Amino acid sequence: MIRKLTYAALSGTLLFSANALAEDEITQQYIDTLAELGYPEPKESELVHIPPTMEDLEDASLHPELKRVIRRGYDLFTNTQQLRGENVFNNMNCSSCHLGEGRMPFSAPIWPAAVTLPNFRGKNAHVNNLEERIAGCFTYSMNGKPPEYGSDNMVALSAYHQWLATDVPMYPQQPIYGRGFPAPERPEELSYARGEAAFQEKCSACHGNNGEGLRVDDQTVFPATWGDMSNNWGAGIVRVFTAAGFIKNNMPLGQPNSLDDQEAWDIAYYMSNQERPQDPRYTGDIKETLEQTREPFHKHSMYGQARETDGHVLGDHSNLGEKSFLKPDTVRPRTFE
Amino acid sequence: MKKIPGILAALGLATCSAYVLAEVDGDAERGAAAAGVCAACHQADGSGKNVPGGESWPRLAGLDAAYIAKQLHDYQSGERSNASMMPFANMLNEQQIADVAAYYASLAATQGSGGEGADETTLKRGKQLAERGDWSSYVVSCKSCHGPGNQGAGEVFPGIAGQHAGYIETQLQAWKAGARENDTQDLMGSIARRMSDDDIHAVSVWLARQNSAAN
Ligand code: HEC
Ligand code: HEC
Ligand code: HEC
Ligand code: HEC
Repeated sequence: MIRKLTYAALSGTLLFSANALAEDEITQQYIDTLAELGYPEPKESELVHIPPTMEDLEDASLHPELKRVIRRGYDLFTNTQQLRGENVFNNMNCSSCHLGEGRMPFSAPIWPAAVTLPNFRGKNAHVNNLEERIAGCFTYSMNGKPPEYGSDNMVALSAYHQWLATDVPMYPQQPIYGRGFPAPERPEELSYARGEAAFQEKCSACHGNNGEGLRVDDQTVFPATWGDMSNNWGAGIVRVFTAAGFIKNNMPLGQPNSLDDQEAWDIAYYMSNQERPQDPRYTGDIKETLEQTREPFHKHSMYGQARETDGHVLGDHSNLGEKSFLKPDTVRPRTFE
Repeated sequence: MKKIPGILAALGLATCSAYVLAEVDGDAERGAAAAGVCAACHQADGSGKNVPGGESWPRLAGLDAAYIAKQLHDYQSGERSNASMMPFANMLNEQQIADVAAYYASLAATQGSGGEGADETTLKRGKQLAERGDWSSYVVSCKSCHGPGNQGAGEVFPGIAGQHAGYIETQLQAWKAGARENDTQDLMGSIARRMSDDDIHAVSVWLARQNSAAN
């Protein structure tokens, strides 16, 4: 179904129709491979973009200095542990959640941020740019403190994001194919017990029986799915639907879409019922924090709720994991006044 | 948290009580004696041998003890099959399995061969697959399971750096053809089935040239 490929029409590189045909074929192959892996095909209206690879970067006609900076951004993205103790206080790399170096559809590919921001974000109720979006993942997913806006590392990371979006127009009108971690349909009921059993059976070989993951020689092989070395309570993946979407589309590693929807949701529910470092937006009081963050965020998570197995109130603690501060100063309102 | 039962649960073998009882401590010294017969193929230092055009003998030196023991159990149960190796696995009782596993794990990891003379393009591709994978065909990097430097991660994921190229290649081909299926949750098979013969060759020769142990 080559004709449904709206991407071809969009790409700035396609000045020659012969080229466009070749491009159509490449895109179709890309979609066929994804379909074989169980992912849905793009809808008629969706924008399909195949981000360039690091091999493409070698051949690209960009200033060598820019190439060097993009490579640094790539290196920071896939080995974010090099910022451990400075910006990162858990076992994650950016690529622990954004699989395939941030390029894979259905694994929250990162390039859409480069073409849809600045934009208003419900999570912090103001207009954010790309740097602030990246800062968000540092603050919550990495339980850390973002590199300074405009710093070498921040510019390098942004450059990598932006380069992945090569040829995509700014503020595209169409919905983006494979953006985020699309969740499968939520089943009638979720079961903690079933989720626990499925986690032990299909996930614990890598993530451990207690979600602790595995480090070898001070490097993360398998990231922690909960606990002190995982993301904190403010990270997007603590929303049960986001976790279900991540799991269904990406886990077990190498076997995307192998779990049925019920399994993915049960495991997500089980994981969401485990402890992790405090939400940086914590006010010192769980009820108050929940009030302030419920609508845009925590109504989708288990934060502040009593766990059904033992009544433990999730997130009711002041454990910050490895870091010594609650909230980096980049977490602040902006009014543009 | 007891480690072995976790793996057993993952393998769906937790109900097999003989296997749980087999949680015996290995003794490397006793293992050295029991491994006398193994040296014919795996060599006295556990280095194995790359046999071009024939059946290569894997390096056992420095592999994880639990991984070695699992493989010997798998040969015994028929879960993994190989005509040269099975009679030798069948000679061993539970205690001897634990002992030879402890023995080979205690030996210094030796270096691989079979990667000599590989051309630059092949090596570049091999390195890419091992360290970064090829997501356009969902071949996840070897390192994301086999650990830093592909030198192994825990009991489930053996070190493959510095293994012999001939052996790596045969194993990947066996997974691809469905002839080896003893891996936890089909984790290795899922990857191997997506690899072309050229890619299997490239990654095998590259890995054989890498350092088998940290430092
Ligand atoms: C613990 C998992 C996790 C880690 C680690 C993580 N992220 Fe994210 N990231 C997410 C989730 C969840 C989303 C939101 C996806 C959605 O829209 O549902 C997201 C979204 C993004 C987006 C926006 C994508 C879009 O579609 O607009 C960018 C950019 C991003 N992350 C960058 C990063 C960077 C850079 C790092 C490392 C500093 C990082 N992430 C680490 C989970 C993670
Ligand atoms: C073969 C090993 C393996 C198995 C099995 C596996 N994972 Fe993962 N998982 C990984 C790796 C590796 C990553 C990080 C991705 C990367 O670095 O490429 C990851 C990342 C994750 C993440 C995001 C980071 C974090 O730690 O929160 C979650 C959540 C997760 N896995 C959940 C699961 C669940 C649920 C299952 C079972 C259905 C599962 N995984 C099975 C290896 C595995
Ligand atoms: C006649 C040659 C031969 C002898 C003797 C032999 N092996 Fe093997 N061994 C092999 C071959 C060939 C393989 C690879 C078989 C395959 O492809 O599955 C192998 C594989 C193995 C493996 C799996 C290695 C891995 O990395 O998965 C272990 C463990 C092992 N042998 C242990 C032993 C022990 C212990 C003995 C002695 C009791 C022994 N072998 C004797 C030929 C031999
Ligand atoms: C998703 C996880 C995963 C990935 C990715 C992966 N492997 Fe494996 N691999 C395994 C597991 C698990 C085993 C152990 C199988 C067993 O228990 O018998 C294994 C075993 C092997 C073995 C057999 C080792 C021996 O001593 O017999 C080879 C060779 C191997 N892998 C090569 C590779 C190569 C090359 C790549 C990258 C192209 C790769 N693996 C990627 C999970 C993985």
